Amino acid sequence: MTLRDLPLDTPALVTQVRDPSGSDIISQRLRELGFVPGEPVEVVGRGPLGGEPLLIRIGFTRFALRGNEAERVLVERVA
Amino acid sequence: MDASTMLRPLTIALVGNPNCGKTALFNQLTGARQKVANYAGVTVERKEGVFTAPSGRRVSVLDLPGAYSLEAMSPDEIITRDICLGRRPGEAVPDLIVCVADATNLRLHLRFVLEVRKLGRPMILALNMMDAAAARGIRVEREKLEAELGVPVIETVAVKTGGAAKLVAQIDHNATPQVAAADDHLDLHAEVRRLLAAAVVMPTRTSKIDDRLDGVLLHPVFGLAILALTMFVVFQAVFSGATPAMDAITNAFDWAAGLVRAHMPDGLLKGFIADAVIGGLGSVIVFLPQILILFFFILVLEESGYLPRAAFLLDHLMSKAGLTGRSFIPLLSSHACAIPGIMATRSIHDVRDRITTILIAPLMTCSARLPVYVLLISAFVPDQKVAGFLSFRGLILFGMYLIGITGGLLVATVLKWTRRDRSEHPLLMELPSYRLPSVRNLAIGLWERAQIFMKRITGIIFAANTLLWVLTTFPGKPAGATGPDIDYSVAGMIGHLLHPLFAPLGFNWQICVALIPGLAAREVAVSALGTVYAVQGSEDTVSTALGHLIATQWSLATALSLMAWYVFAPQCMSTLAVIRRETNSWKMVAVTAGYLFGLAYVAALIVYQVVSRL
Repeated sequence: MTLRDLPLDTPALVTQVRDPSGSDIISQRLRELGFVPGEPVEVVGRGPLGGEPLLIRIGFTRFALRGNEAERVLVERVA
Repeated sequence: MDASTMLRPLTIALVGNPNCGKTALFNQLTGARQKVANYAGVTVERKEGVFTAPSGRRVSVLDLPGAYSLEAMSPDEIITRDICLGRRPGEAVPDLIVCVADATNLRLHLRFVLEVRKLGRPMILALNMMDAAAARGIRVEREKLEAELGVPVIETVAVKTGGAAKLVAQIDHNATPQVAAADDHLDLHAEVRRLLAAAVVMPTRTSKIDDRLDGVLLHPVFGLAILALTMFVVFQAVFSGATPAMDAITNAFDWAAGLVRAHMPDGLLKGFIADAVIGGLGSVIVFLPQILILFFFILVLEESGYLPRAAFLLDHLMSKAGLTGRSFIPLLSSHACAIPGIMATRSIHDVRDRITTILIAPLMTCSARLPVYVLLISAFVPDQKVAGFLSFRGLILFGMYLIGITGGLLVATVLKWTRRDRSEHPLLMELPSYRLPSVRNLAIGLWERAQIFMKRITGIIFAANTLLWVLTTFPGKPAGATGPDIDYSVAGMIGHLLHPLFAPLGFNWQICVALIPGLAAREVAVSALGTVYAVQGSEDTVSTALGHLIATQWSLATALSLMAWYVFAPQCMSTLAVIRRETNSWKMVAVTAGYLFGLAYVAALIVYQVVSRL
C-alpha cells in the first residue's frame, strides 16, 4: 500500500521509498527526511480541497506532502 | 593556541536543519537583529557578525540558510553546502562548524548532524530549544550523547538572554575540537535511532497541543473559515485601528505648516519648506500607523508557525495555478514588501515555481501601495458601516488585496499553459511546532520596519519630492502671465506632454506629473500629487487637504482607473533591482516590467472606459 492510500490516523511503518524513474530527487529527499524502512508513519490530516496535500507525521515531525509525493512511499499497517 | 590563530578572528559557521534557531542563536551571539520567524527558510543568504569572547578572542560568525541535507535541492541550501565544503569562491572553510539541532526534533535533525560529522571538520553540536524540550518532557542525556557522537554537545536556549553562554564558553575553551573519524558507509538513519535510544527519552512523538491545534486549524471546513477570517480581520484592523494615530500625525503636520506660513518671510524657501518638506513628508508619514498595524499581524503570523499551515490549506488552489504551497510564504511576505518576498523564493526547490513566484510577487499589494489606496478610498468611498459593524472602506481595501492576489494567480496560470515542461512540482514542506510570538521579537520587528519606512521617506521619497518641487517651481511664471504657476514650469510641460498618452485612462496632467517620480517608489506619487496641487496655487493645500481636493476635482472613474493602474504597475526601482539580482538576468527584469506596465495600462483603460460610461 502507498502512503497516499493509507487511511487517516492509522499507524503504519514505512517499507520502502520508490524512485518513479532512475534516481529521483524527491525520493532521495524523502529518504533524507526520515522516510526509511521501519519508521513509524501516520496520515493525520488531509487538505480541504481535493483531499490534498496530506499531513504526515513521521518521526517527531509533521510534513505536508502532495499525493504524488506520498505515492512514492510504500507502507504496511501496524497490526 | 599559537600566535597565528590569535591574530585573525576565529571563523565559525552556524549550520543545521531549517527552523532550528540558527538565526536566533546568531542574534544572541553577535547582538544582531536578523529576522527570525517560525517557518523553514527564513534565512536565505549568508549573514556575518562578530563577537568578542571573554578571553578577548574575536569570533566571526556566519549564519547560513537551513538545509535538510548537504545534497542541496534549492538555492538557499546550495549556499550552505558550498560554504561547508569550501566550494564557495573567495570564502575559506570555517574554522569551526556549530551544528544547531532542535532538541524537540532530534529524529530529523541528528541525521544532518551526522552528515556534517562525516566532513571530519572541527565541530560542536548546539542542542537548541532545550526549554521547549523540557516542557514537553523530553530528556536528553548530554554527556551520553556527547560520548556516543564523539562531538562536544552544548545546550542552548537561543531565545533567552544568556542562552548561548555555554556555547561561548566552549568556543573559548576549545575552539577546534577534533572529531572522531566516522565510518563512511554508516547508515545515518540507523545511527540516529541508536543515538536516540541511548541518550534521549521522548514521551510523545509530537506535541499534544500542536496535534490539537492542527486538528482545528487544518480542518477542511473550520481551517479555511479561520484563514479567511484572519485575513479579513487584518485588513479591517488596518483601516479602523489606525485612525487616532493618523489624526494626531495629520494635526501635527498641519500645525507645523501653519507655523511656517505664519512666521517665515514670503519667498522660495517658504514655499519649499511648507509644500515640499512638510506637505510632502506629512502626506506619506501619515500612513505609518497603518503600515505598522499590517506588519504587526504579519509578524504574529510568522512567529506563531501559522504561515506553513496557511500554505497547507491553499496548496491545492495554488497547484491549479501551477504553483505549490511553498510559493505561499514568499507571496504573503510580498504583501509587506516585494523585496524580501522575492528573496524568500530561494527556498523554493523548483526553478519554474521560483521564476513564476518572482514574476507575480510584484502584484501582491505591498505596503507602499497602502498610501495610494487609502488616499483614494478615503476620498471617494463614504465612511459608513456595512451590516452595522464592518468598515465599508476596509471592505474596499480588502477587495484591492483580493484583486492583486487573483491577478497574480491568473498570470501564474497563463505561465503554466505556456510551459512545455509538465513534470510535477514538489511540495515536501515541514510544519513547525506552534510557538507563542515573543513580545521582544515583535517589538524589534516593528521598530525595524518603522526605521525602514522613515529611511525611505527621508531618502528616496524626500529626494524625489525635492526634485519635483524644483521642476514644478522653475523656470517660473513670466511677467504678465495669468495662468497658474505650474503651467509655466518644467513639470507642467512634461505633464501636458504625457497627457495624451494617459488621457484614455482618465488621468489628468497632474497625475502624469506625479507618475514620473512615482516610478522610483509608489508612495512618492502621493506626496508628488500633494506638491503638484500645492504649487498649483491653492495656498491651504497641505497633505491633509489632498484627499478633499481630489474628491472634488477628480471623477470616480479617474480614481478607480488610477487604483487599477497601481494594482499592476511595477513602480518600484528596488523591486526591479532585486529581480535582477535574484535571477541574474536583465531579460527577466524587462519581461517583468514590460508585462506589468502592459497589464496596468489595459486594466486602467478598461476601468476608466467602463466606469465613465455608467
